[in-house]
Amino acid sequence: MAAATKKNKWEQALVIFIMVAGGILVSIPFIWMISSSFKPESEVLAIPPTIIPENPTLENYINLFTNMNFAVYLRNTLVIVFFSFLGLLFNAMAGYGFAKYDFKGREKVFYIVLATMMIPGQVTMIPVYLLLNAMGLTNTMTGIILPGLAVAFSIFLFRQFMTTIPDDLIEAARLDGAGEFHIFFRLVIPIAKPIFAVQGILTFIAGWNSFLWPLIIANDESLYTLSVGLSLLQGQYANNFALQMAGAAFMVVPIIIIFSFFQKYIVEGFTMSGIK
Amino acid sequence: MKLKNRYPYLFISPAVLLLSLFSLIPILIAFFISFTDMNLKGLADWSSISFIGLENYQTLFADDTFIKSIFNTIFYVVIGVPLVIICSLSIALLLNYGTSRLFTMFRAVYYMPSITNIIAVAVIWGYLYNTEYGLFNYILSLLTVENIPWLQEPTIAKISLIILAVWKGIGINMIIFLAALQGIPKSYYEAAEMDGANRLQVLFHVTLPLLRYATFFVTVTTLIGWMQFFEEPFVMTDGGPLDGTISIALFIYKEGFQFSEFGYAAAGSFVLFAMIIVVTMIQFKLRKSDTEY
Repeated sequence: MAAATKKNKWEQALVIFIMVAGGILVSIPFIWMISSSFKPESEVLAIPPTIIPENPTLENYINLFTNMNFAVYLRNTLVIVFFSFLGLLFNAMAGYGFAKYDFKGREKVFYIVLATMMIPGQVTMIPVYLLLNAMGLTNTMTGIILPGLAVAFSIFLFRQFMTTIPDDLIEAARLDGAGEFHIFFRLVIPIAKPIFAVQGILTFIAGWNSFLWPLIIANDESLYTLSVGLSLLQGQYANNFALQMAGAAFMVVPIIIIFSFFQKYIVEGFTMSGIK
Repeated sequence: MKLKNRYPYLFISPAVLLLSLFSLIPILIAFFISFTDMNLKGLADWSSISFIGLENYQTLFADDTFIKSIFNTIFYVVIGVPLVIICSLSIALLLNYGTSRLFTMFRAVYYMPSITNIIAVAVIWGYLYNTEYGLFNYILSLLTVENIPWLQEPTIAKISLIILAVWKGIGINMIIFLAALQGIPKSYYEAAEMDGANRLQVLFHVTLPLLRYATFFVTVTTLIGWMQFFEEPFVMTDGGPLDGTISIALFIYKEGFQFSEFGYAAAGSFVLFAMIIVVTMIQFKLRKSDTEY
């Protein structure tokens, strides 16, 4: 027995060692980004490179807002994030509709929704652009926001979760005289909190990171998002790596903070949605 | 009763209408314009668009850049997909070993790259890959290895992009494997242990077979994702050097939005769509014959 536990201790130490070493390897880009973003321009090109900045400075972060329009990009990004939460509500409503109502053509429409997941983004990219152009929505915020509002996978996950809500509960509320929308907002949403948490985080991340669509639709710099602005920065200041790293850190760090608070929900969300 | 019947439609209509407008109708439009010569001129004046039959499709398969993009995409898929699956499964097995806070913390560390903005990733890796000032070449110079042109030589550039994409792709698949691993009842392991199975036997005869469904799901989604490999070459190399990293998806984007050849690009997108459908169907077929045994 003693031999077995000893062997287990060694094994455990080995597993932890591999895990930590791999983790550090995976984190190198992040560590390097943070460290370089606080270096003055001269130090960032120094060979051999320093791991901890010798003369730490906030200059790069200040330059993002004075030399570049990062304040504008940040505002646009937050607008997109805000409206993508409206989209989340639409997806939740659709998920509820498919889960808890019996109506003509339900199965068919739901299969069509699922089938849209199969369509690669490259196929719809061009026609959607042509459609928005015909509607006069190119180079507008509406044109950037609209195509991303409904997400088939999100509808699917909401439906999966909401089918588990007991019918009796909803029926009881109906007998008490509650309206359908009242039931949805006051009863269903609180029960579905866990799935809203997961979808909320994923929606935030997707909105915050949105790049391709703003790039295609926006011509004016006043409509650029943080990602588009960052790629502009990379082109304009190709050799100022310190400024580039500050820009990248400005995009990445908020996501890391939000994620570390809510990571429990994301993992549980995957287990919950039945992908096993 | 009649009034009550409209509620389901009220609930589903906002999302379903948006999906039809931006997913279903576009696919019909794309199919239609793939048989026309629609370009920037056609955008301004619809009457100048003419029907040209299968010409776009014929031109595609005579287009060297398109052929190259197919070859590159196969290269990405054949190397990238197995790497992502092996790495994410191994990390999931490592993380499933313990339950202490250290393991939860490292789960977050491994997941982090997958939620990181692709442009930020490109900016960071562009710096790491820089031939003169990059960290990678500096570390290699300590081991007296010559400077590697990470992004300047077609084959090395493809591999550099794969490394980046694997780094970014591990997180989500690892979580799926981890969820599946946690769903395996403890009694299975206990039974195997009682029968005197060692660690490796448990892994190959209990754990991996029970992960069959998760592995299938991960393989299908990863394969579809890698066939649409786009953002990495788009932001890191713009398809270069010498079209060495251009993928089918990037080819479509360039034809559509840089050269405004909408009809030609739409035809390219349907070729990609057909390839994805065929590959996915083959996988489902293989799985069917697999379960019959």
